[in-house]
Amino acid sequence: MSHAAKSPWVLHYDASSCNGCDIEVLACLTPVYDAERLGLINTGNPKHADVLLITGGVNEQNFEVVKTLYSQMLEPKVVVAIGACALSGGIFRDCYNIRGGVDTAIPVDVYVPGCAARPQAIIEGVAKALGILQAKADGRDLESKKAVA
Amino acid sequence: MHALIGVVLYLLLAPVAGCLLAGLDRIATARMQRRQGPPLLQPYYDFRKLLSKQGAQINAFQGFYVGGFLVFTALAGGLFFAGSDLLLVIFALTVGGVLLVLAAASAGSPFAHFGAERELIQMLAYEPMLLMTAVGLYLAGGSFRVDELLGAPAAPLIVLPGVLLGFLFILTIKLRKSPFDLSASHHAHQELVRGLTVELSGPHLALVELGHWYENVLLLGILWLFLAPLGWPLAAAGTALAYLLEIVVDNSSSRLRWETTLRASWLAALVLGATNILLLHYLQHHYLSGGLL
Repeated sequence: MSHAAKSPWVLHYDASSCNGCDIEVLACLTPVYDAERLGLINTGNPKHADVLLITGGVNEQNFEVVKTLYSQMLEPKVVVAIGACALSGGIFRDCYNIRGGVDTAIPVDVYVPGCAARPQAIIEGVAKALGILQAKADGRDLESKKAVA
Repeated sequence: MHALIGVVLYLLLAPVAGCLLAGLDRIATARMQRRQGPPLLQPYYDFRKLLSKQGAQINAFQGFYVGGFLVFTALAGGLFFAGSDLLLVIFALTVGGVLLVLAAASAGSPFAHFGAERELIQMLAYEPMLLMTAVGLYLAGGSFRVDELLGAPAAPLIVLPGVLLGFLFILTIKLRKSPFDLSASHHAHQELVRGLTVELSGPHLALVELGHWYENVLLLGILWLFLAPLGWPLAAAGTALAYLLEIVVDNSSSRLRWETTLRASWLAALVLGATNILLLHYLQHHYLSGGLL
């Protein structure tokens, strides 16, 4: 068994959020909530990250950026879409440049609703994502064992 | 035989000690920021996770350089705990450092190049004082060999106060602590992009961490040489106190510019290290030829 869920390193990306959800995400990382007690570290580097926290809808300009960030993260990895806009495009969904929610660009594992999403909801979403991350990591272990056998 | 036991114990136990030290460091840092902090074994969890991640080698050299860094760092520590020549230890440590720079520089990323360049500047900053530490210990103990230094009659603490302070100064650079953490901070969350290791990921990053654990134990071993004549309980307390002091400095200072880092560490080497060594040399030759020192 790997220790994937005990050491979640996150990457936070603002697709086209109004910054409301971003402020709540950053609030989760402050000493008040002390996310490091769960081993969580905000890396700012997709190559080091296991969890992608993404806010806001995907627009025409950052569509490729979101896909690149996701492809640079190494397996196993999970994506948490945070806030109404990341889920569906939110109030911006009819804008000419908005493609829609994050899942129009990359696969999303956990959806955290809210406008803005509350820190409690974000932490719960990340906790759910860690369960999925662990399952993916264990699945990878199984596959590699099968490959050897 | 004694030397062989030292090497084997170091190679097996240094990662454990280095890992626990890193865990204690993170807890102490968190407490200083009024946080609870991660579990003691968090660095181990991180290490295990990194090992199990998908491997991504961006060119043919990267893995070789990272492996070389680990091997030469462990070799430096092995030589030290075998009681071998202190100069050899420092040379092996430097080769390890250069290989880590090459690992970063082999990537195309401009951030990795920044990190590599800054790591070289850091090496330029700490190398003079590191060599002077060896020279100072030689003057005090009459040998470059670690096993003979441990049995030397003169207490380095009394005759080498400047060299000890100078070594503590560069220890901040070597432990990657603020204000001298130019190339990569010891704590990942303190910076936007981690220059030196930005292109190293998964298992390679795990090996870099392992190398740092070996390195930190070796550095505290060199500090131990100064404190050893006090007896082991006091020496252990002194080493722990010095490490705690490094954490305090880390938490109460922000990163300096590279020019300031270079100037400050060379000034420390000159004022603390060279002055101490010249004075000791002078005293030994003119006043105390009877062998008191």
